[in-house]
Amino acid sequence: MRLAGADSNTESLEGEGRVDRKKQQEAYENYVKRKTPVHNLPANMTKAFITGGIICVIGQSILNYCEKIGLDKDISGGWTSMILILLSVILTALNVYPRIAKWGGAGALVPITGFANSVAAPAIEFQKEGQVMGIGCKIFTIAGPVILYGVFTSWVLGFLYWIGKIAGLL
Amino acid sequence: MTQGLQSIAFEQSPYVVSSASVVGKKEGEGPLGKMFDMVETENLFGEDTWEAAESTMQKEACLLAMGKAHIDKEDVRFLFGGDLLRQGIATSLGVEQFGIPMFGLFGACSTSGEALALASMSVAAGYGDYMLAVTSSHFGSAEKEFRFPLSYANQRPLSAQWTVTGSGAFLVGKKRSHVRITGITVGKIVDFGLKDSQNMGACMAPAAADTIERNLKDFGREPDDYSRIITGDLGYVGQSILFDLMRGKEIDIKKNHIDCGMMIFDQNKQDTHAGGSGCGCAASVLSSYVLPKLERGEWKRVLFVPTGALMSTVSFNEGASVPGIAHGIVLEHC
Repeated sequence: MRLAGADSNTESLEGEGRVDRKKQQEAYENYVKRKTPVHNLPANMTKAFITGGIICVIGQSILNYCEKIGLDKDISGGWTSMILILLSVILTALNVYPRIAKWGGAGALVPITGFANSVAAPAIEFQKEGQVMGIGCKIFTIAGPVILYGVFTSWVLGFLYWIGKIAGLL
Repeated sequence: MTQGLQSIAFEQSPYVVSSASVVGKKEGEGPLGKMFDMVETENLFGEDTWEAAESTMQKEACLLAMGKAHIDKEDVRFLFGGDLLRQGIATSLGVEQFGIPMFGLFGACSTSGEALALASMSVAAGYGDYMLAVTSSHFGSAEKEFRFPLSYANQRPLSAQWTVTGSGAFLVGKKRSHVRITGITVGKIVDFGLKDSQNMGACMAPAAADTIERNLKDFGREPDDYSRIITGDLGYVGQSILFDLMRGKEIDIKKNHIDCGMMIFDQNKQDTHAGGSGCGCAASVLSSYVLPKLERGEWKRVLFVPTGALMSTVSFNEGASVPGIAHGIVLEHC
């Protein structure tokens, strides 16, 4: 707070006070960082690799099976995504998927199953608040940003592709 | 009468006439499980929503506390209550049916201290014979409001704390019992600029250190004058920071410090990371574990310091820091 008519001396003191406070806050933040235990990164990465790998193997098996019974490549891909999403939603409802993610971390979050979980979980939680204000408004609270920026990024890339084509670069 | 800069020493100390604790399943399975008055194995407490479940806990805790003391709700002059939910709905909907004139409070997880301070001040000032102080938190409603839906798959950092599903109610009054509130130290908001809401122990430790130091100075006491100094929910990370901060003030509380958040769960078996948190944490441990020890005279005098992290989902998204607050309640055997 600065009073009107305060002399320059006070002002500079106040300025220093602010800098000091900032420095103190930074020092405390660094100290807390040192004090706070964190997950073991190599162990977490290994677990993520195994979990993500298993999910991908399941996906690949579904894809191979679909192609084996004579579906074309695109339709097989569609079936694969849909079955993985269904599995994830069922496991979310049974409260199993959070346990998989607790162990497997990003390995369970990054594949499409993680995305499905992030839509199913709010739907379950906010069901009590009604079909419109609950599920309707809140189902995408977690997945919303992914959808928005996913669509936006593809629009930007599509635009660059279009420019590239006109310019004869592609 | 006022004592020092931030404290009050009561000339006629009010008594903690009775208290009650109501907790959920996980708390019931913890180290203090057998000491709670009521453990509900179904976390919805027979209700449809987490919020209604939390209200039911508060209602049950109040009923138990009044029942133990054989005091009717009509005899309770004022009720001081609060919780973590927006606009304090768990309290409003939980205590509505009692028809007791009430003050709704918010002090984050320090609310039990705030409620006890106001209730004891009111009794000491002669504004009524009995006051009820109540607070609660619920894992389901807190996760939903502050973090993610329960079935969302994510990894909690090791500094994260587990919100206690529990409620504690305290009847403060003139009727003799074996525990009195002899003084209080009202805490200041202390902000060290930390923004990590998943490390609340570190956000609240500076406030706890400030209030403990203030209490010792105001009353002219040493840490040894207290059988225990009991913080609310600093957890493992917060406790180690509190010790460091106190060492900086040349006060050693290591010998007699305990933390409710560290006691309510078994860190190794219950996967609760840095410990318990929430209004219900300090309140239920005070009622189930601390007060009985004071009643029996095992402890003569304790300083109860529930700590709160003052934040909302909006302040967090807008990048504001998470300041802390802690209130000190001096409880003595008599």
